[in-house]
This record gives sequence, C-alpha cells and structure tokens, in this order.
Amino acid sequence: MIGSIASILVDGLAYAMFLFIVSVGLSVTMGLMGFVNLAHGAFAMAGGYVVLTAMRYFGVPFIAALALTFFVIGAVSVVFERTLYARLYKAGELDQVLLTIGLAFMAIAGATYFFGPIPQHITMPDWLAGHIDIGLRTVPTYRAFLILIGFALVIALWYGFERTTLGAKIRAAVDNRRMAQSVGINVDLLFTLTFAVGSGLAALGGGLSIHLLGLTPTFALVYLVLFLLVVSVGGLGSVKGTLVAALVLGIFDTTGKYLYAEAGGFFIYAIAMAVLLIKPAGLYGRE
Amino acid sequence: MKRFHLASLAALALVMSSTAQAQTVKIGVMLPYSGVNADLGTQIDKAFDLYVKLHAKDIAPYKVELVKRDEGPPSGANAKTVATELITRDKVNILAGVVFSPSAIALAPVLTQAKMPMAIANAGTAWIPTLSPYIVRFSFSMWHPAYPMGEYAAKNLGCKTAAMGYTDFPPGKDSTEAFKTGFEKNGGKVIESIPMGNPAQVPDMTPFFTRVKDAKPDCFYVFIPSGSHASAVVKYYGEVGLKQAGIKLIGPMDVAPDNKLPAMGDAAIGTIVMGHYSKDLDNPANKEFVKAWEAEYGKNFIPDFMSAQGWDTMAAIFDTIKKLKGDFSDGEKVVDTLKNYKGNGPRGQVSIDPATRDIVQDEHAMEVYKKADGSLGLKVLGTVKQVKDQCKELKVGRCGGN
Repeated sequence: MIGSIASILVDGLAYAMFLFIVSVGLSVTMGLMGFVNLAHGAFAMAGGYVVLTAMRYFGVPFIAALALTFFVIGAVSVVFERTLYARLYKAGELDQVLLTIGLAFMAIAGATYFFGPIPQHITMPDWLAGHIDIGLRTVPTYRAFLILIGFALVIALWYGFERTTLGAKIRAAVDNRRMAQSVGINVDLLFTLTFAVGSGLAALGGGLSIHLLGLTPTFALVYLVLFLLVVSVGGLGSVKGTLVAALVLGIFDTTGKYLYAEAGGFFIYAIAMAVLLIKPAGLYGRE
Repeated sequence: MKRFHLASLAALALVMSSTAQAQTVKIGVMLPYSGVNADLGTQIDKAFDLYVKLHAKDIAPYKVELVKRDEGPPSGANAKTVATELITRDKVNILAGVVFSPSAIALAPVLTQAKMPMAIANAGTAWIPTLSPYIVRFSFSMWHPAYPMGEYAAKNLGCKTAAMGYTDFPPGKDSTEAFKTGFEKNGGKVIESIPMGNPAQVPDMTPFFTRVKDAKPDCFYVFIPSGSHASAVVKYYGEVGLKQAGIKLIGPMDVAPDNKLPAMGDAAIGTIVMGHYSKDLDNPANKEFVKAWEAEYGKNFIPDFMSAQGWDTMAAIFDTIKKLKGDFSDGEKVVDTLKNYKGNGPRGQVSIDPATRDIVQDEHAMEVYKKADGSLGLKVLGTVKQVKDQCKELKVGRCGGN
C-alpha cells in the first residue's frame, strides 16, 4: 500500500513538474502584459520537435538537445513577439485570441507537413532508461529525473524573481505597469525578455514530455487546456501560484486515475472549478 | 439542319458518357488520413491501392475509381457528413473502409436511406452490421478475437484472475465484455476493469498500469485501437514493471500489430494475442500477398492485420464486379452478392455469413518471440477454425435484437 502511494506520488510529481515548466512562462507573460497567448502550447510542441530533430538527425545528446531547444525556441519567439504580438498589445482580447489560435493551427499544420501526424518517440540515454530504487519501490529513472529538473527550475526561478533586480522589475511591472513605466522601467523590453524565457521553458517542457506522452503536432492544442487551467488556478503572474496549482492538479489527476479510473479524467476540472468559485483570481492572484 | 446536327452530337456524347460511367465502379473510400491514427488508415489504403493495381486487368472491361476521403477523428463526428458527400456529390456506387466503430455507427442510417452498400474494412464493434442491411463486414467483430482469447487464457495460459484495460469507446467495452464472457465461462475471474482514456490521444498509462500491478492478476487483457496506442502499451508494461511482476500481457492482435513490432523492444516478448492475421502466417495466399507488398512498398513498410482486411475487402468488391458485370445500380443486389462472398486471402479461408453479414475466419493464438535474426515475430500457438461472431451466436445485448 505504501509502495503504491509512493509510486503514485512520484508519477504525480513528475506530471506536475511537466505542467509547471510549460505553464510558468504563460502565467508570467499573461500577468505582465495581459496578453492571451494561445500559441504557448505551439512553442512547447515546436520545442519537442527541435529536441527530436537534434537527437535523431544530428546525434546531439539528450541534455544538450534540451538546452538547445530552450535557446532556439526562446530566440524564435522573440521574432514572433516583435513582428506579430507587439502589434496587438493594445487590441482587445478577442483579436489576441484569434491571432494566437491561428498561429497554433499553422504550427500544427506545419509540424504535420514535416513530421507527419504519428506520435514520435526518442531513445533515452541508458542512464535515464532504467529504474531506481527509492526504498519503498522502484520508480522509472526518467520520472525521478523530471522531478529533479522541476525543483531545480523552481529554485532558479524563485531566485531570479525574488533576489535579482531584474526579478524585482518584473514583479513591479506585473503589480502596476504604469507606475513601473513612470519610474523608468522599460516594460516592453522586460516583456520581450520574459516572453523569450517563458517560451524557452515551454520548449524545454515540450522536450521533456516526449518520453512521457509521445510527441504529436496536436500537442499544441490538446494540452493547452491543462496549461490554461494551471495558470488560472494558480493566479496570473505568480510563480508560486503556478507551482502550487501544477502540484495540486498533477497529483490529483494521477491519483484520481489510479483510484477511480472511470471518472479519473474529471478530477482536475472539478478541483479547478472549486478553486475558481472560491477564489476567482486563482490561488495567488490579485483580486 | 446544322442545329439538329449539333444536338444529335450532344446526345451521342451524352449516351457515350453514360455507358462509360456504367463501366466504371466508383468506390468511396473512407479512412483516417490525419491525426494520431493516420497510420491505421495508411495500412488499409495501401492494401486497396495494391489490390487495384495488381487486379485491375481481371475485371476488364470494367474499371474502378477510388474516391478517397478522410474519415476524421475516432469520435465519428465527421463520418456522416463525409459519407453523405460521397454518395450525393461524388455519386459513388459503394463505400469501403472505415477504421473506427463510431464512424460506422454514425453513418449507418445514411446507408439505409440511400440504399448504399458498404464494405467495412475494420470497425469491429460487434453490433455494427445490425445497424443497416447494407453493411457487410470483411474485418472482424471484437468478439472474434476476444471471446476465444478468454477461453484460451483460462484453459491454456493458466490464468485464474485477469484485469482488463481498454480505450474508452464502443469497441473497448465490446472487446472486454467478450473477453470476460469467454474467460468466466471457463472458470476465470475478472478482478479489475479499467477505462484508459480516449482513442484520439495516447494517454499516460502509468496510473492505470500501476493499479493493475497492485491488483496482482495472473493476466492483463488490454484493448486499444492498435497503431500508436499499441507501442505505448508495451512501453508502459515494461516501464511500470508488470512484466517483472509476472503479470502476462494478453489481448486481441491490436496489441501486437506486425508493423509496430520492430520498435517494441524486448518488453513485448511473451505477449500473447488472439487474431486472424500475422505477416508470418503460413499459407500460400499470404506469402504471395507479402511478396507483392514488399515489392511495391519495400521491406521497411510492414503490412499488418488491417492491410490483410483491406486486401480481402477489395477482393470481395472485385468479385462482385465480375459477378454483376459491372452493374452496381441496384444496391440490394450488390449486398446480396457481397454477403455470399467466399475467398482465400492473406488470412486464409474467409467467407461471409449471409445471415449476419459478418465474416467467418480462423483465429490464431500467437506469441511474440525473438526470431533467429533478432527481430520480433508472431508464433502461432493454436488455431480456432472458422470462427463466427460469438456476440450474434450467443445473442448478447444489442447483437441479439435484429
């Protein structure tokens, strides 16, 4: 029994970390600019294909491919941000949604053209392929690895947000954009930067998820609902909120599927509804 | 005078074109060409094309034309529209294909209304042929493999208890019910039945498989819609540690389709499936089929049970064209001919039971093993001859009403 609880916890945590890594960028950019970016999942999907291409055709090792996808997609996202997104910052939400969902559809069609609609898999390096013994039970090494990466990122992001000047500026801009601008913070530049980091993280999440979920072009939209759920339950612009929401949703989803497979898929929606009924702005959002 | 001349020319052209049309049988092909299940469509599509290419000369002077359309997602949401379009706009003479049961279920009323015959090349939910008198099925019913698998698991594999996991849509429920019936009639007991997500996406199966591991059954019966899901099942089976825990993986042939075997790895070895086809099946028609397939598509593109079904479906349509001399104007006549089909295909001897319009074929218990050259193959352990759909034989649920 304790063994089962341990393995559900490991699976749930691994899933939660994947949700956190992909969603945190979306949360911060939405909090900062109020820009509804439905193409966020497309960046994650593209990130997955960068990892796949690098590993399969150029023989890049897995870890290096993850670093590569972070920078490549981060850089590509800046191009999109400057040429397309920047035009719609002052526009209504509907315009933003139409632009970004259009981008997501184009990304799906593009990925299907180049890689086909069938799920793609990558071969894990040997040191990630096996199982490790955590005392109570053996767990797949890859899941343990995912949890470690997740926590490393949580610490890095927490440090960057809470302990650096750049982080302080971002927090200031999220809290009150006009005030931040009037004390001389270049919010546009700040936004471009966070957008790039957010998209890079999404790409990293996409790359990490290949072994977990398989990679298909429709990743861009299928998991978008989950990312938006994490962001809204956690509260816009809050790293802590995103983490807590990802943990709650990830672990409850896995536990629900284990205990009540018949209704497992509904758990996270029930939780999300309950949270939003009590706190409409999310767990750590500002009312 | 000149005017009259033109008019008679036009009339002549009209007559000629209509006779030319009568010589060509238009086949509306509905298969999934997009989404995670596109490779299922490809297996059947390639079989259709190959059969037409090799046998077009057999039906001269008549010709066939394939009009191909995307069947859409596994929910069947697009099927009715696509079928209606093929019938009313493309004016096809017969429909062929359909991988997903929900598609077949959705479009059945259209067939009845249009008196349009349909040859089903996959869609295996047992009661589908009862939905329209114009449906003839050349693939299988879920009960074909699942019911004998239940018997075989209890009698030959020494399974006393079993857990079942299935993709949550009609054929999944059908397949597990069939397995359970066969298994429990022979003294086994099903202790878990777990729905595992929907067919449109391959889910993370870890929580489901962990639950099975903790329930400690002797056997784990899995139904998934073949293709990408099959690769995932074997991956999680090894990763979650069910194999190490001594739980035997069993299922219909969807769990170990020939074309997915090479990528499955050693976790698949020892998996036992019940099915009507494997690339390695030893009969002359299959040897010829595999040879023709490899000559056309190369050795790396491997045919599987869906290709075999596609091949027999097209063979039956060609047989009907010969018997009716290319005249497909009367839908009922076409169905009457199709439902009396008997033939020898890659699966061996197959025929249609005219009473149920469903296929009669051999079912083989097969084990995944490592061949001498290191690749994975399917070894036949035992054969049940000429199996009829047990759902209709035993009149279970919707199969009984007709």
